[in-house]
Amino acid sequence: MTKAQQAAPVAGEELVFSRPASMVDRATHYCPGCHHGIAHRMVAELIDELGLKERTIAVSSIGCSVFLYNYIDVDAVEAPHGRAPAVATGVKRARPDKFVFTYQGDGDLASIGMAEIMHAANRGERMSVIFVNNTVYGMTGGQMAPTTLIGQKTTTCPGGRCKDTEGSPIRMSEIIAQLGGVAFCARGSLDSVKNIRQAKKYMRQAFEVQTKGQGFGFVELLAGCPTNWRVSAIAANKRITDEMIPYFPLGVYKDIEADGTCGSLIQGGE
Amino acid sequence: MAGKKERLFVKGNEAIAMGALAAGCKCFFGYPITPQNDIPEFMSKAMVDAGGEFVQAESEVAAANMLLGAGACGIRAMTSSSSPGMSLKQEAISYMAGSEIPAVIVNMNRGGPGLGDIGPSQGDYFQSTRGGGHGDYRLLVLAPSSAQEAYDMTYDAFDLAFASRNPVLILGDAIIGQMKEPITPREPKQVDPEEGADWRLIGAPNSREHRIIKSLFLMDGELAGQNRKLQAKYDAWKKMVDFETFEVKDAELVVVAYGSIGRIAKNAVRALRAKGKKVGLFRPKTLYPFPEKALEKLAKEGKRFLTIEHNLGQMVEDVRLSVRKYGDSDLFCVYPGNMPSPDDFEAPILRALGRK
Repeated sequence: MTKAQQAAPVAGEELVFSRPASMVDRATHYCPGCHHGIAHRMVAELIDELGLKERTIAVSSIGCSVFLYNYIDVDAVEAPHGRAPAVATGVKRARPDKFVFTYQGDGDLASIGMAEIMHAANRGERMSVIFVNNTVYGMTGGQMAPTTLIGQKTTTCPGGRCKDTEGSPIRMSEIIAQLGGVAFCARGSLDSVKNIRQAKKYMRQAFEVQTKGQGFGFVELLAGCPTNWRVSAIAANKRITDEMIPYFPLGVYKDIEADGTCGSLIQGGE
Repeated sequence: MAGKKERLFVKGNEAIAMGALAAGCKCFFGYPITPQNDIPEFMSKAMVDAGGEFVQAESEVAAANMLLGAGACGIRAMTSSSSPGMSLKQEAISYMAGSEIPAVIVNMNRGGPGLGDIGPSQGDYFQSTRGGGHGDYRLLVLAPSSAQEAYDMTYDAFDLAFASRNPVLILGDAIIGQMKEPITPREPKQVDPEEGADWRLIGAPNSREHRIIKSLFLMDGELAGQNRKLQAKYDAWKKMVDFETFEVKDAELVVVAYGSIGRIAKNAVRALRAKGKKVGLFRPKTLYPFPEKALEKLAKEGKRFLTIEHNLGQMVEDVRLSVRKYGDSDLFCVYPGNMPSPDDFEAPILRALGRK
């Protein structure tokens, strides 16, 4: 694994854009059009901007993003499927002075790891959770997730998800915001530059409630999976805009600094 | 009381918690289940008083994964449970073994299968000594037969876990956990703040590569290499075997029993010796590694064996494998749900002794 080395600007030219220092110089294994690369970069940028690199411990989860630790240049531990918030609890309790975050997909966090995320949030563990919701199990080949939309076809609901037999897609941000230990909870999206910029602001807040010792920070990111949705990258972005955002409204669901109350959308949601 | 050693009258469960505290345990993650509740109850105060952390987890699963996280940071940490809870912890234990994370885990074995009962049992012998979860791995398994041994084994278990970067299991049962007897505590350990400095997660300074603690090895040959490394570690443990022998020198029949049953069997052997019967006791203190060479040596001397267990016959397989070149072992099972006394063992021992 190569250490991050920034390219020196050519004489007479100004370097205006480069890889974040906390990002390893390595091609990712992600599919074309996948949003994990963008989300990883946002995490690395924030670690740089907040000066957290040397005191960060990342907890990666099971799914496509298990390899987070190959791309972000920080100490990391790999959690069993769904257990990242419990592992992160152990890390943070053992090393309270460290910055600890988990990065989890929707199968990992909202299905097999439902108990762990709910209780870590409720205890107000001083950690930050990046929750990437693309409505499918990606790594295993596109099976139905707890967030799969009604009517959406996957390899395990080939006729489309049916509410009567498979239940409704779970809205995690709305649920997490209800819990007492949560200091910041928001849902952003990676389908457009505008939304990416807004999502990064949410992520910054979710990181800062931890560094300020205020409580649990949670950001959901709506993301595309062109491979398992069987669509092009551009069509995947359009699907997020047209189908996911109406069901998963964007905005802040809890912000301890702005408003102690929580549960419904308190900001955003146009 | 200068010069006189302090004595405490405590339950086995409390002895374990005190042993952990004296060994420098700084994080405890638990969940309520009988018959081990004295351990998390003790730790809920003791950890806070010691400047550490206690978390009553939402589940056994979460408690074991919190242990994984704290262990990955190089902190002395522990969890305890009993049989049904241990089944739930196996996922994290497999990950800890695969990613070489040190930790101490206590199982106060109760009757099974399923919900079973809350009384003593040795039904988790296989689960404990064969890894317990998925994949090829082993734990160091220590089996105390008294409150003092429960204290001492826990006191030593953290050093063993960190020396071998592996989870260590203390396997007791409802008898060990609930009986009350005197113990002599030991000096609190001064844990080296640099313990685990070459592998633990502490945040990566710019001066070194970032560290990844993981059990996923996808590249060609990578997992085989990891398994080879683990196996070499388990092989090296063989020199750490520990056991107690009692009256074996001239014994014709050696009773093999561990933990609480080893203690009860010792009384039966003592009673039979008083009647002139040539019987002895062999009590493994380490169940993994199993003291196979010591048993083989006794078999080579022509001794015969009777394994007594509080299950339907599990350790007897290891005894038979140990002595197979020279003999075999009889088996007497106390079924979980029954509480044996030394008298119950005298007849089966005499029966085995008489079977030339």
